[in-house]
Amino acid sequence: MRRLLSLLLLCATAVLGGCGYNDFQRLDEESRSAWAEVLNQYQRRADLIPNIVATVQGEANFERGTLEAVINARAKATSIQATPELLNDPAALQKFQAAQGELGSALSRLMVVVEQYPNLKANQGFSDLRVQLEGTENRIAVARNRYIQAVQAYNVLARSFPSNLTAMVFGYQPKANFTVADEAQISQPPKVDFGTQKP
Amino acid sequence: MSTLLSRALMALVLGLATAFAWAQGLQPVPELRARAMDLTGTLDAAALQRIEERLAGFERERGTQIVVLMVASTAPEDIADYTQRLGDAWKIGRRDVGDGLLFVIAKDDRRMRIAPAKTLEGAIPDLLARRILDQAVAPALRQGDFAGGIDAGLTQIMAAVRGEALPPPAPAPSTRRGAGEWTDALVFLLFAVPMVAGFMRRAFGRGLGIPLTGAATGVIAWLLTSVLWVAAGAAVLGMLVAVLARFMPASMPSSRGRGGPWGGSGGWGGGGFGGGRGGGGFSSGGGGNFGGGGASGGW
Repeated sequence: MRRLLSLLLLCATAVLGGCGYNDFQRLDEESRSAWAEVLNQYQRRADLIPNIVATVQGEANFERGTLEAVINARAKATSIQATPELLNDPAALQKFQAAQGELGSALSRLMVVVEQYPNLKANQGFSDLRVQLEGTENRIAVARNRYIQAVQAYNVLARSFPSNLTAMVFGYQPKANFTVADEAQISQPPKVDFGTQKP
Repeated sequence: MSTLLSRALMALVLGLATAFAWAQGLQPVPELRARAMDLTGTLDAAALQRIEERLAGFERERGTQIVVLMVASTAPEDIADYTQRLGDAWKIGRRDVGDGLLFVIAKDDRRMRIAPAKTLEGAIPDLLARRILDQAVAPALRQGDFAGGIDAGLTQIMAAVRGEALPPPAPAPSTRRGAGEWTDALVFLLFAVPMVAGFMRRAFGRGLGIPLTGAATGVIAWLLTSVLWVAAGAAVLGMLVAVLARFMPASMPSSRGRGGPWGGSGGWGGGGFGGGRGGGGFSSGGGGNFGGGGASGGW
């Protein structure tokens, strides 16, 4: 009897170790911290924008539309509460990602428009801000990449046998991942037109 | 066990990333042979040697690992993405500190980048990296003086890193990495096997307990070393210990009180940046975590 009990205990330990329960916990925590880093870097970008806006506004007759697009996109992106629960809701993640993507493209439009203002380009303060923005965009790219890899590892575990049984028993769902902002647009080749001269 | 698994996963991911890079026609990550590497043949041997010694001296002084790399081009990637891949593959910087820094010059692209690992992002923020590139390196490169530009840049980088309170470098590592694992394995054999043997003997009786102990020891040794004959030897040893343990029935509880001398043996051969291996070669500490910080510039 006692021998049987010991054998059962040994088997239970081996099965619990082999079914990937601990791996689920580890990968879950890894993807959470990768997500926190993504949020951290997005926040860093949002914090930079008021300085950029203030510097650009100092330039007389700067294009209002571009600047307002950045201000509005920032307001929209920061209004979304980015909680950890966001990760388990693909629709909410999609919305968050769309808002951040919009802010990113508004910012890059602003940086293109700035090229037409020699005073701004020569402004040391503004070029410092550009360097910081560039570094932040790089960090966002790296953080997103790491989040994608962490989620991939988690989802592979959640779907493959035999650990998918563990996922079923404990109710672990595959996590939502980042996608490219607008797949339809990327699949189209860019239009290049040398015929008409822009004003 | 889980570290083994994560190592295997990491190797798989790295392998996949490399395969992916090849498939997309990206520049391959060069092998990390030295602190100063020039794949373009621009720097002469003396200059390369001087930079290498300067970087080695700085590593001895502060522990920080800096690698300078000159390539012809990073196309089709941006230099930032290329440098990020280098950082992810090499992970330069001490294992427990993570203080690495990459300085990459793409000669034909006329682009360059300073990329500190996260530990050094405070010492060298993006703005400072950009100023070093613009004010110290670029003027020399415009004259075609690559060695002078690299030297000027390194002077500024080292000055900035010196201002950061990093832990001092470890005294020259005397034991090789493998030694730690062997002593750990021996300690494991000495302590764990008699305990396991006792448990097995109680659970399964003498006849079955001894072979089971041997098998368990063998499997664990195989997991730790992944060498088959070591595992077989460990299995035989484990069985021997199990046989011996039979003759000292009361040894298990009393052995728990001792164990002082081996108490501080520390982790699995960690701690070292493998500086002393292979006759003056350079190997990464493996601790650098590159998060995309730093700045790029042109000339």
